Amino acid sequence: MRSRLPLLAGAVVLLAAAVQAGEPPPSPDPSRPEMSAARRAELGRMLVHDCGSCHGLTMKGGLGAPLLPEGLAGKDPDALAQLVLEGIAGTPMPPWAPLLSRDEARWMIDQLREGRLREGRLREGKRE
Amino acid sequence: MTGRMSMMRGALLGLILGALPAASFFASAVSAAELRGTGDLGIVVERAAGRVMVVENSHRRTLASVEGLGDLSHASAVFSRDARYAFVFGRDGGLSKVDLLTATVVKRVQQAGNSIGGAISEDGRLVAVANYEPGGVRVFDADSLDPVADIPAEYGPAGEAGAARPRSKVVGLEDAPGNRFVFSLYDAGEIWIADLSDPAAPAVRKFTGIGRQPYDALVTPDGRHYIAGLFGEDGLAVLDLWNPDKGVRRVLDGYGRGEQPLPVYKMPHLEGWGFADGKVFLPAIGRHEVLVVDATTWQEVGRIAVAGQPVFVMARPDGRQIWVNFALPDNHLVQVLDVPSLAVAATLTPGKGVLHMEFTPRGEQVWVSVRDLDTVRIYDTGSLREVSTLPADKPSGIFFTARAHRIGL
Repeated sequence: MRSRLPLLAGAVVLLAAAVQAGEPPPSPDPSRPEMSAARRAELGRMLVHDCGSCHGLTMKGGLGAPLLPEGLAGKDPDALAQLVLEGIAGTPMPPWAPLLSRDEARWMIDQLREGRLREGRLREGKRE
Repeated sequence: MTGRMSMMRGALLGLILGALPAASFFASAVSAAELRGTGDLGIVVERAAGRVMVVENSHRRTLASVEGLGDLSHASAVFSRDARYAFVFGRDGGLSKVDLLTATVVKRVQQAGNSIGGAISEDGRLVAVANYEPGGVRVFDADSLDPVADIPAEYGPAGEAGAARPRSKVVGLEDAPGNRFVFSLYDAGEIWIADLSDPAAPAVRKFTGIGRQPYDALVTPDGRHYIAGLFGEDGLAVLDLWNPDKGVRRVLDGYGRGEQPLPVYKMPHLEGWGFADGKVFLPAIGRHEVLVVDATTWQEVGRIAVAGQPVFVMARPDGRQIWVNFALPDNHLVQVLDVPSLAVAATLTPGKGVLHMEFTPRGEQVWVSVRDLDTVRIYDTGSLREVSTLPADKPSGIFFTARAHRIGL
């Protein structure tokens, strides 16, 4: 079982790359093999609690802007992930690049876009 | 009132009858019928659950839980002057009045869309809430939570006829002597004093150009100075409430000396008692330092290098120690500073997600919320040893009723 995982991972990456070549872009896969369940839980917790410190636990906004699916729908998710990594100069939004990889930032954006934080579905990083 | 008195008499009678076996009385959990004081009570915010725990610090125990308080991210609380009721300010604009003795929500109003804390007036009659959306301050009757005053935080020049002026997010709302509330306008860079001696007609005095992006503020324990931290520049804005005509002065101007600040993963909080030995201890923004200012001259007298970016910098009530917690990625640590030597005396490791600390009224113990471990750790501040823990669901703010009798808390 263990030895098959890298193969499987390779297949998923290839598949993702193949889909990426054409339009539209693939719907993000939250179970990317390179991210462990423990890391996902940690990122989910970070999203709710650390992002939530400024954006609200329910992402309805605070000192930072609301991060609800309807507000993010029209925006390029990769650009949003880039914004998370770089921060917004002149505002309290810090650059998260020292603490997050690009994939991790993108995964967090996907959670927000899909509204997984709603009604505590991702609360404390626990997944359904 | 008469009804309440007779209820109390009834409760007292029930207590006397029921408490004949004294041991069983003391062993019983608190209930509405138990006659007790509130001086050793407090609340612990369980922010993800929208709930607070009612706790008692004499025996370090949880008495009850109160649910249904909404989005409690960044929630804070103040207490009625009889120390029976907690006014809990939720992120979602909810203002809840919680009875600590019966562990019930006696009143709740949805007063705004997005809020960031509040204050209670010195006479205990008014509760004010700082709102982001709509930007401004709303004031309520502490008994009924009926609205009393609305102070929109409009700023900038008047627009064209009919055009609304922008409204600023309000931060750092504090009570001050004279039934005044003092607060800062994050977007406008202003400090306002609202005098509610006549609650129906607040007299507002505005100080403009105080610095960019004030993010939080404190009132010194004597009620004299209002200090706003600035996110947008290195420095703090200080207003002498005894001499408001002198205007706002800048202190610690340029404390970063042009160095590139570190990313700030959590805004520091100023409301606490960062006041000891005639000095004010303040978190530096974007650097691993606690700044020390002489509270008479307002000159910098020292800096203490600490383990991370400070969030809360709180003096033990006697002023002998300062306890500091940190932003990510150092939020598993707490450092204890020795006030006379301005040095780090100890580094503790309560665990990931240390969000808040609260001293018992005289400071012999401190309660520390450790979010990611779902735990409140209780330390003896003399030995720095952990003496107890309490389970809590993602605990954040801890507030004891001793705050009821403090200015600016």
